[in-house]
Amino acid sequence: MSDAIRAETVYIGDEKIQAYQAVPLGAGPFPGVVVIHHLPGFDESTKEMVRRFAVNGYLAICPNLFWREAPGAAPDDASAFVRGQGGIPDEQIIADVRTAAAALRGASSHNGKVGVIGHCSGGRQALLVSAALPSGVIDAAVDCYGAFALEPPPAASGLKMTSIKDRLGDLSCPVLGLFGDDDGNPAPAEVDRLAAILAEHGKQFERHSYEGAGHGFFAPDRPGYRPQAAVDGWKRIFAFFDRHLGGKRLEV
Amino acid sequence: MCTYDTETVELEGSAKGPAGWFPVTRAAVYVDHPHHAPFGHTLNIDFADPALGPSARVAVELTEEAARALVAAITAALDHAPAGLASGSTRV
Repeated sequence: MSDAIRAETVYIGDEKIQAYQAVPLGAGPFPGVVVIHHLPGFDESTKEMVRRFAVNGYLAICPNLFWREAPGAAPDDASAFVRGQGGIPDEQIIADVRTAAAALRGASSHNGKVGVIGHCSGGRQALLVSAALPSGVIDAAVDCYGAFALEPPPAASGLKMTSIKDRLGDLSCPVLGLFGDDDGNPAPAEVDRLAAILAEHGKQFERHSYEGAGHGFFAPDRPGYRPQAAVDGWKRIFAFFDRHLGGKRLEV
Repeated sequence: MCTYDTETVELEGSAKGPAGWFPVTRAAVYVDHPHHAPFGHTLNIDFADPALGPSARVAVELTEEAARALVAAITAALDHAPAGLASGSTRV
């Protein structure tokens, strides 16, 4: 047995979009996780999450959602450039996550199950892709403080993203939602509405909100980091994915 | 919280980035999470020329107090100079 992993930049799908992948080197079988990066881009902290999943027994991949618009750019430059263009169309994000899920399923050590996780804008997109993709593509989703899931961002933002409220009935997998009580976007009242809508549709929604935490409490490189919430949140993420995807820790 | 609010303004001028001087044609102005400044939220400005690609950018992240002081300083500097001296239509 081994706890070795390999982490590297890869190019996936017919369009050869850039992605960051980390995989255990053992024979498996391992479940897969698609990590959706936040609006600040395909950055170091997101890549660290990808490696964390691999170390914990998952095949993990994060497609660079800004690759087409800003190939080779620094993550902050790519983020600013894409923001200035109104963001990425939802259908492009859905297609790229589908490509990433297919790349995981193509690995010989994969167990056939794929989860998706995103933070901030990625949290909204985790819900979006889980509703938009056919049943069986995504088997479990984690939404970490996804903003603007129910209402589109203000017109002043110029962003192309739309409400996904009307798509939530098509959600095809259980969802874990992790939020901060002090977050203004999504505020607890919006999370209540999300929970009510998912309940109306009979969807599985496991929700936890942390006292004293605001937006971005998982981000260790930002002032909003809240270690207790983040440590507990990671435990809940692995418990959820383990339960729905068949994950287990690597043995040495 | 993420605001996603972005004000965009067309500009005429120049800025100096990592690759040297370039024409500035647009600024995006928004209050959101900074990449570097040690605060939860800042007033961020991206001076850019999108035609030259993502790296043609000069970014600043300012506290609200600093941003308002900057606005006042810009206004004061323009008011102290002869009217129209820095106008794009002034012949040199």
